[in-house]
Amino acid sequence: MIEARSLSKRFQDKKRGEIRAVDSVTFTCQPGKIYGLLGANGAGKTTTLRMLATILEPTDGTAIINGFDVVEHPEKVRANVGFLSTATALYPRLTAQEMVEYFGRLNGLDEVTLKKRIEDIFHRLDMNGFRDRRCDKLSTGMKQKTSIARTLVHDPPVMIFDEPTTGLDVMTARTIIGFIADCRNRGKTVIFSTHIMSEVERLCDHIGIIHGGKLLEEGTLAELRAKHNEHNLEEIIVKVVGPLANAEA
Amino acid sequence: MNLHAVGVVYRKELTEWLRDRRTLISTVLVPLLAFPILISGMISLSTVLIGSAKKEVPKIMIIHGEDSPGVVDALRANKDVEVVAYADNWKDQISDKQIRAAVEIPEGFQASLDKGTPQTIQIHYYEGEIKSEFGAEHVEKSLKAYRDDLVKKRLEAKNLPDSLIAPFDTKQHNVAPPEKVGGSTIGSMIGYMVIILSMTGAIYPAIDLTAGEKERGTMETILSSPVSRLDLVLGKFLLVFSASLTTAILSVTSMGLSFAYMGHALSNSANASGAGIHMNLGLTSVVAVFLMALPLSVLFSAVLMTVALFAKTYKEAQSYLTPMTFIVVIPAVASVLPGVELNPKLALIPILNTSLVCKEIITGTYHWGSIATIFASTCVYAAIAIFIAVRTFQRESVLFRS
Repeated sequence: MIEARSLSKRFQDKKRGEIRAVDSVTFTCQPGKIYGLLGANGAGKTTTLRMLATILEPTDGTAIINGFDVVEHPEKVRANVGFLSTATALYPRLTAQEMVEYFGRLNGLDEVTLKKRIEDIFHRLDMNGFRDRRCDKLSTGMKQKTSIARTLVHDPPVMIFDEPTTGLDVMTARTIIGFIADCRNRGKTVIFSTHIMSEVERLCDHIGIIHGGKLLEEGTLAELRAKHNEHNLEEIIVKVVGPLANAEA
Repeated sequence: MNLHAVGVVYRKELTEWLRDRRTLISTVLVPLLAFPILISGMISLSTVLIGSAKKEVPKIMIIHGEDSPGVVDALRANKDVEVVAYADNWKDQISDKQIRAAVEIPEGFQASLDKGTPQTIQIHYYEGEIKSEFGAEHVEKSLKAYRDDLVKKRLEAKNLPDSLIAPFDTKQHNVAPPEKVGGSTIGSMIGYMVIILSMTGAIYPAIDLTAGEKERGTMETILSSPVSRLDLVLGKFLLVFSASLTTAILSVTSMGLSFAYMGHALSNSANASGAGIHMNLGLTSVVAVFLMALPLSVLFSAVLMTVALFAKTYKEAQSYLTPMTFIVVIPAVASVLPGVELNPKLALIPILNTSLVCKEIITGTYHWGSIATIFASTCVYAAIAIFIAVRTFQRESVLFRS
């Protein structure tokens, strides 16, 4: 489970002074459910997800991931999380198998468990054909599968995806979407951010709309549709974010 | 600190490092091949140049001397030189390498000799031009022989012994063992090279493992794993340190073998003239130099990693680290300057102190007090540098600088 409690992040910028990238965001993601975090570029999605993955430290507030506090036990949190984004690249000079093994070992898996886990994942993701190929020689689809295998190797109960399909072709994006849905089916807690409304409509059990670092709206898709009397999710976002965006402009 | 995690990070970095072609070139091939190629090239070139210079019979010109046939005949009698007819443009001819030297005999030289009035014969040559220098050398030998002959005849005429002008002889005798002679010749250079090479060996991996990771997008990947920042930095640091040591060891081994070969070649060529050049280096001295360079190598690895971490790209990191090369070169060069000796104050200045103590060690001098001070102070600097590297790795503003 993920519990964000007044999670905040401020940055100092030489030109613009203090920037509140995330401002007191609170939400909960349940196991076996997918939480979609929606918002424009610079809304605070990536910073929020990075704080949940303990890559960034919150300035105020905290989050509890599977019982561990991100501020107090960041290493334990990371051991319970699989984090995937377009910015999490692969080591070019390692093979696909070495890449996954490396993260398995960093997660403290013993060699027997690691071997078993790798065989299982490589079979599930159909990776055996390229397991010994160096990552810099892999196609985009193969790279994404390797990244997925890297996030799954320690079988984390919580999965965090930051715009995982951005820039991918249709077939590769489908693999990722299928993988996210599979995580939910296996009872994992999933949070992901995206720009693609069809993905949200297809996957998300719960939706949070973020803008200017603040969580403006939250609920199931049905709840949001009912509240805003609007079926189209894109229109709902415009209704929620629009007044603020116009004021900023 | 989790040693297992440090080891996992190190093993992975080592695997990637060994698979990088650029690494093989910069860390293994260049240090192994640079010195043999440089030194064998130097020897071949100097052998060819000196050989051809020695084979040539230099043309010389005599200026004046019409009234002094004795000295002119002595010069003409020397088969090692060819006397050509006088021309007014003798200076230009030396510059244009048409003749190698010109001998200027003062007017009335012979008459002055008879009267016993001292005179000076000038030998004109082109300094730095080896064939011109050989020509001048031949002329000087002829004139010396002529002078010695004159002196001998004068002494004989007065029934005086030769010992009157040379009442005693002097002869220099070396008491230093061969390794110390070799050490004094190249000792300062060995320390300097170990320091410079241990730094250059660390530059590429230090950039690759920090700014390179940021540029490739793998920094965020590794930061999302449970490994602590401390373990991550230490694993990376150990790889940079290994690269630094490997480059230094390969370079010095290659340099030592090249020097041994050069010493052997030069000794052989110099045996005919009776002058030998010793290039032997004691293994103990070389090992001692490495031990002294170890903490310095740690210091370099940590500092280079810290600085490179501030960069977002490989190129940016290179622009940060290039000026650092000068910071290291300056004290290292200062240590090889004549007259710069180790003292208690200099023993605390990093780089300079190690370079100076290496110079002493190679020449067989072990001042244990200085050695301990230098080793300990460099260890302290290295520990501070590692601490700063770890702290820098924990700063979000550095890791995610935009």
